[in-house]
Amino acid sequence: MNDPAHYDPANEALRREVEWLFYREAELLDAWKLDEWRALLTEDASYFVPPNDKPHGDHNNTLFIVADDHVRLHERIVRLKDPNCHSEYPPSRTRRFISNVRVTPASGNEWLARANFIVHRNRRNSDVRIFTGEYINRLVRLNGALKIHERRAILDAEELGAMGAVSFIL
Amino acid sequence: MGQHARYVFEDAAADRFLVHRAAFFSEEVLRLEQERIFQKCWIYVGHSSEIRNPGDYLTRNVAGYPILFSRDNDGKVRALVNVCPHRGAIVCRERSGNARSFHCMYHGWTFNNDGTLRGVPGQDAYGPKFDKSRYSLPEPPRLESYRDFWFLNFDPDAVDLHTYLAGAKDYIDLILDQSPSGQMEIISGTQEYDIRANWKLLVENSVDDYHILITHRTWINYMANSGVDMRRKPGEMLPKIGRGVELGNGHLTTDNPNYRGRPVAAWISVYGEEAKEDVANIKAELVSRLGEARAERVANTNRNLVIFPNLVINDGSSVTVRNFTPVSPTLMKVTSFALGPVEETAEQRARRLHAFLTFYGPGGFATPDDVAALEAAQEGYSAHRIAPFNDISRGMHKPMADQFDTDEGHIRVFWRRWREIVEA
Repeated sequence: MNDPAHYDPANEALRREVEWLFYREAELLDAWKLDEWRALLTEDASYFVPPNDKPHGDHNNTLFIVADDHVRLHERIVRLKDPNCHSEYPPSRTRRFISNVRVTPASGNEWLARANFIVHRNRRNSDVRIFTGEYINRLVRLNGALKIHERRAILDAEELGAMGAVSFIL
Repeated sequence: MGQHARYVFEDAAADRFLVHRAAFFSEEVLRLEQERIFQKCWIYVGHSSEIRNPGDYLTRNVAGYPILFSRDNDGKVRALVNVCPHRGAIVCRERSGNARSFHCMYHGWTFNNDGTLRGVPGQDAYGPKFDKSRYSLPEPPRLESYRDFWFLNFDPDAVDLHTYLAGAKDYIDLILDQSPSGQMEIISGTQEYDIRANWKLLVENSVDDYHILITHRTWINYMANSGVDMRRKPGEMLPKIGRGVELGNGHLTTDNPNYRGRPVAAWISVYGEEAKEDVANIKAELVSRLGEARAERVANTNRNLVIFPNLVINDGSSVTVRNFTPVSPTLMKVTSFALGPVEETAEQRARRLHAFLTFYGPGGFATPDDVAALEAAQEGYSAHRIAPFNDISRGMHKPMADQFDTDEGHIRVFWRRWREIVEA
């Protein structure tokens, strides 16, 4: 499990559990069940979307697109559920495709879970906007369940460009 | 629409100010703007801090031109047109870096970082009359700076930048007074996004305080939920009302008493209790350096500044430097940065960036709704035949000196200057 260059069958159960977590997240986000989605994260979870030109930057010294601590993540969900969130009202129809799920041990009792994503965002009278990239999430096990402690969505594009905004949860 | 078409209609007797919506979708209007505004006005290129050392460069689009913004070996700042004089290929294709020379990938012509031609593969074939000095990377005729903000001008006869900036200089100074040394820097991380709307809609929106209560209701909730006092007096559009100000040559600003928290230096609960003392110390430094009155101006007013035509510097929840370029009448590209004092501690820098994202940017709590509003407006202009005019009349019954930020006097400043140039 420590060597990503070699297949280890012992890793398979954990990889499937992580895959299930990514799929569950995608399902809840696409259905705009944001409170249920929030329950997949730890109380103190953070959520990041780095800027396109510094995909591996640090939000403490680099201007991100999204850098939410748990307080602001809560407020983001409050906002997204409000009909006055004009950029997402009526809510966009999104469809997430998750693949290439990998998991490796990280520091302490954390795992590093990675997956590729394609997210389509559809709105009336607008072209479909397509977001592709990689999730890099830090997971912990709390009371038996895997939870997301840190969630990072890294975009592939050189600029946000035609994607316009990250007004929904990517 | 012909050369002498009119778009801006001002009826002082009726206190009405109308702009024809063709100004937002006509190809002919954009052609005139390119020729008379973007070729004749001072256009923002970049900031000294982005190219600190000799050899530093970055490539960006300025007014539709591929520009290589660089510092040559002698430390001189340059805005080279990033196009090979031989066959026109883009020479430097990297976002940024440090280089002594630039190498064209098509035929291998190589240029020094001052733009002069260094070498040509197989130069013999051009014969003895080949004059290298005729093949430098082109440069716009004018490149000047004010306090580290660099602008270019394609018009050799344009007035100098300092004269052009007119009253906007005072408002740039006010921002830079945040720094003990008067120096601020562009912070790492670029927000680059498209808005499917005419570029002038973002000029208006950047200084339009009438829309905040409605468009940004969820941001106001976020602030209120976080313990910031967002209460308003009956009949008022914002917790505190400020002014819309004309600065000359089409530049304008809002100038408002602060209610929303500022990294320099007005603490709000969003920053956390642990930041309270540090923000108070920042304020105390301002007072000792600038005196009580100026410190209060720096620390406790919010200003959204438009430098005609396409540069906006917002000094509010944080400082943003944002410029935007039309790609077509109905599409603009926006580039946005954060600006901070060079002396900031790591903690203060992190606080500034956190504060930035409360409001600004494509993942912020307010900007995405601005984008939605601009795109909704642009969509509505398809009905121009039956609904031809935008109304920009708020506060028109009062003189400029009495215009609130929630009036539209300062937005009319932009349109009057635009009319002077485009309808000439």
